[in-house]
Amino acid sequence: MGFRGRWGTRAVLALTMSALAGSAWAEQAGGASPAAQQEPRRGGTLTAIIQPEPVILTAAINTAAPTGVVTGSIFDGLVDYDANLNPVPALAESWETSADGKTLTLHLRKGVKWHDGKPFTSADVKWTLEQVWKKIHPRNQATFAKVTSVDTPDDTTVVLNLSEPSVAILSSLNSNGAQVLPKHLYEGTDILNNPHNNKPVGTGPFVFKEWSRGNYIVLERNPDYWAKGKPYLDRIVYRVIPDAAARSAALEKGEVQYAVLSPVPLKDAERLAKLPNLRVTTQGYEWLSPWLFADFNVERPQLKDPKVRQALAQAIDRNTISKVVWFGFAKPADSPIPSTLTAFHDTSGITYPFDPKKAEALLDEAGYKRGADGVRFTLDIDYIPYGDDFKRTAEYLKQALKRIGVDANVRSQDTAAYTKRIYGDRDFDIAITWFAAFSDPQVGVNRAYGSGPIGKNIPWTNGSGYRNPQVDALIAATQGEADPKKRIQLFKDLQKVVLTDLPTLPLVELKFFTVEAANLKHPQPTGDQVYGSFRDFWFDDAKAADAKPADTKSN
Amino acid sequence: MARYLRRTIAQIAFVIIGIAIINFFLLRLAPGDAAQVMAGEAGSATPEYMAALRKQFGLDQPLYVQFFSYLKNVLTLNLGYSFRQGMPVSDLILQRLPATLLLMGTSIAFAVSIGGMLGLLAARQAGKLADTLISALALLFYATPVFWIGVMLVVVFSVLLDWLPVGGMASVEAGLTGLAYAADVGRHLILPATTLGLFYLAIYTRLMRASMLEVYGQDFVRTARAKGVRPRRIAVRHVLRNALLPIVTTLGVQLGSILGGAILVETVFAWPGLGRLAFEALFQRDLNLLLGILFCSSVVVVLVNLAVDLAYTALDPRIELS
Repeated sequence: MGFRGRWGTRAVLALTMSALAGSAWAEQAGGASPAAQQEPRRGGTLTAIIQPEPVILTAAINTAAPTGVVTGSIFDGLVDYDANLNPVPALAESWETSADGKTLTLHLRKGVKWHDGKPFTSADVKWTLEQVWKKIHPRNQATFAKVTSVDTPDDTTVVLNLSEPSVAILSSLNSNGAQVLPKHLYEGTDILNNPHNNKPVGTGPFVFKEWSRGNYIVLERNPDYWAKGKPYLDRIVYRVIPDAAARSAALEKGEVQYAVLSPVPLKDAERLAKLPNLRVTTQGYEWLSPWLFADFNVERPQLKDPKVRQALAQAIDRNTISKVVWFGFAKPADSPIPSTLTAFHDTSGITYPFDPKKAEALLDEAGYKRGADGVRFTLDIDYIPYGDDFKRTAEYLKQALKRIGVDANVRSQDTAAYTKRIYGDRDFDIAITWFAAFSDPQVGVNRAYGSGPIGKNIPWTNGSGYRNPQVDALIAATQGEADPKKRIQLFKDLQKVVLTDLPTLPLVELKFFTVEAANLKHPQPTGDQVYGSFRDFWFDDAKAADAKPADTKSN
Repeated sequence: MARYLRRTIAQIAFVIIGIAIINFFLLRLAPGDAAQVMAGEAGSATPEYMAALRKQFGLDQPLYVQFFSYLKNVLTLNLGYSFRQGMPVSDLILQRLPATLLLMGTSIAFAVSIGGMLGLLAARQAGKLADTLISALALLFYATPVFWIGVMLVVVFSVLLDWLPVGGMASVEAGLTGLAYAADVGRHLILPATTLGLFYLAIYTRLMRASMLEVYGQDFVRTARAKGVRPRRIAVRHVLRNALLPIVTTLGVQLGSILGGAILVETVFAWPGLGRLAFEALFQRDLNLLLGILFCSSVVVVLVNLAVDLAYTALDPRIELS
C-alpha cells in the first residue's frame, strides 16, 4: 500500500493522445548516443515527476511512497539493496551479527557530513532508532521491537543489543526503511512538528533547496558528498503533475526525464516504451515486492466457511487479471509471499487453479445451491480507490463470480472511507487491496494475518478478520528465529496454513514501472531504486545537460 | 447609503460566521479522518502511530473542544494550522493565491472582453451569417468538456508543434528572474487561460447576445431609431449599457467563485492554484485547511455580491439601495 491517487487522477483521453502524438518523435532517431561514451558526464538538471505530492519530506516519520521517492536522494541509507536484495554498503561500510544472533554491529563510514556541515556519527543512528524508529515509524516499531539497547563505543560504531535474534532488521536498513535523522536538529523537539520535516537535512548526494507547494521541489548537488566525484547531476527538479495524460505528454516531449511508480496509464506505457527517446523498465521495485489480493471477511455467514472461500478462489482466473486487467504489468500470484522473495516463496502444492465447475461443486457441497433465479447469494466488493486498474479488478471479480451464481455489487469510496470500512467498521464482504511484501515477509506479509489489530481501525493490517492461534504463534516465531533455514521453514508453514484456510486470496504480483529518458544513464538499478538516489545518474547528451528550456526538445 | 452599508456589513458578518459553523459540522460527516488518510498513504500503521497522529492533529480532543477552538480562531481571523502540511493555513492559501488570481483573472478578462464583443456583434447581425457562426462557435465551446479542450491544446501546441510548455507555471530548471521570468510565466499561462477562457467566453457571448436582443425590442430603442440615431451609436449608447446588468450579475457569480479556482484546468496543466489545494484537502480530510479555504471563499462571495449591488446603481440610476 502506499500512495493515494497514484492512479487517482483520471487518464484524460489518453487514447486521443496516442493517436495524435505518435508522430512527434519521428525525427528523433539520432537521439541515441554512441555506445563508446560510457564515462559519466558531470552536469545537467534532471526533471522528474513526483505524483502525488509528498506530505512531508522525512521518510523516517512517514512511509508514504512520494516521500520515499524524494528523500531517497537527500538521505543515504545505512545500506542499499542490490537487485537480489542483498545489502550493500552505504553509510554503513560493514556489519556483523554475533554467533548467537543477539548483537548486530554496524561500522559507519568516516568523514560523512550532514548538509549543514555537522558530522554524521553513531549518536545520530542511536538517537533515531530510539526516538523515531521505535516510537513513531509505523513499520519499524515491529522491525526493531527486539532491540533492547544501542551502544555507541565510538563515533563510527553502532551496536544493537537484541533480546532475541532479529533477522529482518538487515532487510530494512536503506534510506526508506530506516532513515537516519540529524540528532542535533531534532533532539528535544516535537518530532512530528519539527520544521526540518519539510526542509530536510540529510547526508545524501543532493541537498534540499526549495519546495513550492503544488508545484515543484528542487534539490541541488551536494558538493561535499562522501563519494568523491559524485553525484554527476547538478540539480534535480521534481514536478507535481496531477493529470495522467499531462504526465504522458511531458515525458514524451522530454520536459521530464524520469518518473517512477507507474506514472502513466498502463495502456500508455506500451506506447511510450516504443518511442526512441524513452525507456520503460520494471526494475528497481524488487525491494517492494507488491502483491494484490482480496480479503474475505471471515465473519460473514457465507465467507465463514473455508469451502466457500476456496470455491470463490477457483472461480477467478488470475491469468486474465494480469493480462487483461493489468495489461501484463502483473503476474499471477499463488501465495501471499511473492515469488520475488525466492527463498521464502512456497505454496506447498496448495493452489487454486481456475475451475468454475469445481467451484460450483464446492458451493453446492457447502449448502449454497443456486436459487430459482440462478443466484446462490449476494456479496459486496470494495476496492482500494487508487485508480482504474483496481476498479477493473473489482469488476472482473464481479463477472467471474456471476458465472458461478454469486451476485456481487462493486462499491466505490475514497481512501479514508475505504480503510475505515475494512479495518474499522468491518462492514464488507470482499475487499481488494495491495501490500508491499518488502524483502523480508516479516515486514510486509505477517501484518495481513496477525490477529492483534483486527477491527481496531489500523489500516493495512489483518483485513479478513482471520484469527488462528497457530498462525499467531508462527508469526511470533519468525520474529525471534536466528537460524535462517529454520526461519524459512516457519514461513513455509505459515503459507501452508493460510493457503489452506484462505482468509485472503492472492491475485497478482504487481509490476510497477519507471519511465525514463533514453539519454539518462545509470548502472543496473538497485533493488530499491524507486526509493534510491540519483547518485549514479548522468546524461550522456551534452545538449540535455544545458538545462535550458529551449533545449529540452533535443534531448 | 450609510445606513445601508452598516446594515449590510452586520448581515455579512452574521452570514460568514453561520457558514463557518455549518461547514465545521458538515465536513465532520465525511467518514474517516486525517490520521486515517495519512496512515493509508504510509502503507503501514500501528495503534501507537495512529494515536500519535491523532494527538498531533488535535483529533484526540472532544468535538466541542475542537469546535470552540475553531470558533475562537474564526472570530480572531486566525485560519488555523494544517498539521498535514506542517504550515499555517493562511500561508498555504497565500502561496497559491497569486497563481489562482493570475489564471482566473486572465481567463475571465479574456472571456468578458472577447465574449462581450462577439455577443455584441452577433446581436447586431442577428439572423445573418456572422450571428450563426458566432452562436455555433459559442455553443461548441460551451458544450465541449473543459479538460478535453485542455488536453487537445496540449497535444497540438505542446507535443506536436512544440510552441508552448506542457504544464506547470514556470520553467524551474532555467532559474529565470525578472522580465524573463514574467515572459516564461506568460508562456505557461497561455494554454490554461485559453482553455478556461473559451468556456467562459461561450457563456458571455450567449448572454450578451440574448440580453442585447431583448433591449433592442424596447420602445426607447425604436424611438432612437426613429430620431435617426446611427445604428452603431444605438448599439453602444442605448442598448449595450442597458444590456450590461445580466453580464455584471454573471461576472459577480464568477468572481465570487474565483478562490475555488478551476480544479480541472489546474489538474490538466499542473497549475498550482487553490482549486487543487481544496480538492486535495477534501480527500486528505485536512479539515483545517479546507475550512480555511471555504471561509475565505465565503468572504469573497459576500463582498463581491455587495460590489455587484453597488455596480447596479452605477449602471442603472433607477436602482436605489435602501
